[in-house]
This record gives sequence, structure tokens and C-alpha cells, in this order.
Amino acid sequence: MPPAQPGTVSAADAAPHGGAVASPGRPGGSKERTVQLEVLRYNPDTDTEASFQRYAVVCPEEGVVLDALNEVKASVDPTLNYRWSCHMAVCGSCGMMINGEPKLACHAFLRDYAGVIRVEPLAHFPIERDLVTAPDDFMEKLKRVKPYLIPKESKPIDAGEYKQTPAQLMKFRQYSMCINCMLCYAACPEYGLTPRFIGPAALTLAHRYNQDSRDGGRKQRQEVAATHEGVWECTFVGACSEVCPAHVDPASALQQMKIASSVDWIVEHLIPGGNGS
Amino acid sequence: MSRNPLVREVSPTSWFFRHPRYLRYMSREITSIFVGAYCVLLVVAVQRLAAGREAWEGFLLALQGPASIAFHLLALVAAVYHAATWFNATQKAMPLQIGEEFLPGNVISGAHYVAWAVLSGGVLFLAGVI
Repeated sequence: MPPAQPGTVSAADAAPHGGAVASPGRPGGSKERTVQLEVLRYNPDTDTEASFQRYAVVCPEEGVVLDALNEVKASVDPTLNYRWSCHMAVCGSCGMMINGEPKLACHAFLRDYAGVIRVEPLAHFPIERDLVTAPDDFMEKLKRVKPYLIPKESKPIDAGEYKQTPAQLMKFRQYSMCINCMLCYAACPEYGLTPRFIGPAALTLAHRYNQDSRDGGRKQRQEVAATHEGVWECTFVGACSEVCPAHVDPASALQQMKIASSVDWIVEHLIPGGNGS
Repeated sequence: MSRNPLVREVSPTSWFFRHPRYLRYMSREITSIFVGAYCVLLVVAVQRLAAGREAWEGFLLALQGPASIAFHLLALVAAVYHAATWFNATQKAMPLQIGEEFLPGNVISGAHYVAWAVLSGGVLFLAGVI
């Protein structure tokens, strides 16, 4: 990777900077504009610190930040590293900080940004290389909350499916929309300050299965969720819900889990014969 | 490929300057100081009341000073902000599902505002203000 340069690296055929130019070749005569990016770069083989590098590329006005990064990689600097896959806010791969806000690069529209767009790797995660972060900690925590159905009672396949009413489905449906993009972790100051915190997405998925009428695994998940590194580390900043691109509400899930855990404690300690389950 | 990930520390003293939403969160946390201080004032009031008429009248006189009035105004603003932000948050903590639908969040928060108004009215009635 070349060292970070103070100047702007542009595509050779870039249009005049700052202006919008008509693109007659595009359907509907859509316009293009020069996008200036300030990208945080880090090479683990040569760098001890990350530093910003500027690029200028021409992109369609209706494009997204991911398009601009792809244009940089295709026409200016092939050494730039970042993750992406679906380009439609489904896979959750292209999470990064865009002007300080955790966003999916494929869901950050260029029309919403004026001036230089600052692009950094997701906050609170170690930088693997350039905009690629190491998700190891999140993956480990995800496993710990057992985010899968643990049936109340197992039955042979011949006995048929586990049935569920629409109302039972709605109880957890929004929480099943999580795409594991980790934007909520980048927004959560508690996770940044206290990395042992299990964090919003993993706990929300625990809540999703706890709420499932077919599931009987809550007691196992509580061993991780109802602890000081679990829901009780959450101070209800609420940033996780504000940045979620899938409209999941982790803040709501965690507060509900706190209330349920408190009820468990009351049943276990204050009610004779209570077992807290 | 060898791994040498760059770990970035979060400043424990300035993280809340990173985004306006964190400043809003911290401003709500700070209002707790005024709410707590007012609770201490109420405890002192009870203690002065228990100490006799002279102590109680001295306490009432002290409440009329400009510093006391300024503190009460600040505590009132802080308590109202604290209560309002809490009521707004209740819809996240206690969503109510009716059949396949969830009750709109503003109904849950609104119910808290109504309860607040009714209880405040009751307290003012008992105090002979209304």
C-alpha cells in the first residue's frame, strides 16, 4: 500500500471538482458529481497508526458512498480495502463510519452529503486493514448467547412442525430482522468503554429467541444475558436503535430484558418457593 | 496473512463530544444531580421539622434567599427534563402487544404524562394550592 498522501488522488478523467455535470449516456439524463472522500487507511504490515488519504472520483448523484469507494478502487487506488457484498442493505458487510455516523456504505446516499465525506472503519472494533475491522469479539459474543431455537420439548420429525400463531410471531419478529452489521456496536459508547459488554445485537438476538413461543432456552441464555457484562452494562443511551439500518430496536429489547431479569430476581429472592425460572 | 489489528482506545473523559446524541444522553444524566440534591434538601427539611418550630422557621427563611430560589428553578427544569425524557423512553421498556399489533408508543408515553398531571394535581390539592 502506498503511504498516505496529503494531497488528493483523483481519477485521471475526473470532472471539474465540486460541480455537477450532465451524463447524457445515462438513462433519464441523470447527473454526476465529483465526490471527495477522506478515507482512514491502515496497513498492518507497515503502519503503527492509521492516517487519512483523500480521493476525488466522479459518481452518479443518485449513488451511494459504496459506489464512490468502488470507483476509487477501480480507477484510482486498487490497494484500498473494505468489505461489501449485496449493495442493497441486506448482507450487513459494508458498515463503516461516514462523517462520524455508523452507516452501511450501500445505504449512505451521496445526495445527503456535501463537501468532503469522511469514511472510517467501524468505531470500537480493531482495524484489520483500511476500512476492514476485526469482528472476532462480536462473533464470540454472538455464540455465547445461543442465538438459535432451543425447543421446549423435542419431538420426532414425524410429529410435524412447531406451530405458531401470527400474534406469537409478532412478539419477536422485528428482532429477527438483525443483519449482524455491527453498526449498533459502533454507536454504543458503553461497548467502546467497556469491551466486555455483550452488546446490543447479541443481546437482542437472545431476546428474540427468549420471546419465541417455541423456545425453552431462556434460562441458559440468562447465564450470560442477566449479568453485569450482559444487559446490566447497558445504560440506555439508545444510540443502537437510532443507527440500526434494519429498524430493529435493540434498546427496547435490552430494557425489556432488564425488567424480566428484575422479575426473576424478585421471584427468586422475595417470593417463598420461587425458583426464578 | 499475519494479523496486526490496530486497537483504538475510547477516551473515558471526552467520548460524549463525538456526537450530539451522546451530549443529549449526558445532559440527561447530569439532571440526576439536581434531582438527587433536591431529595437531600427534602431530607434536611424533615430533619429541621423534627428539630422543632425554631429550626423549621429558620429553614423556611433560608429557602427564601436568592441562592435557594435559583437552585429550585434549576432543580425544577432538571426534574421536568428528566421526567419527560423518561416518559418518552417508557415505550421502549414496556411495549404492549394487543393481538397481532402493538399499542402505539406515544399512547404508552402519553399515559405517563396523564398520570403525572393527575398525581401532580392531587399533590397540589392536598397542599391547598388548588
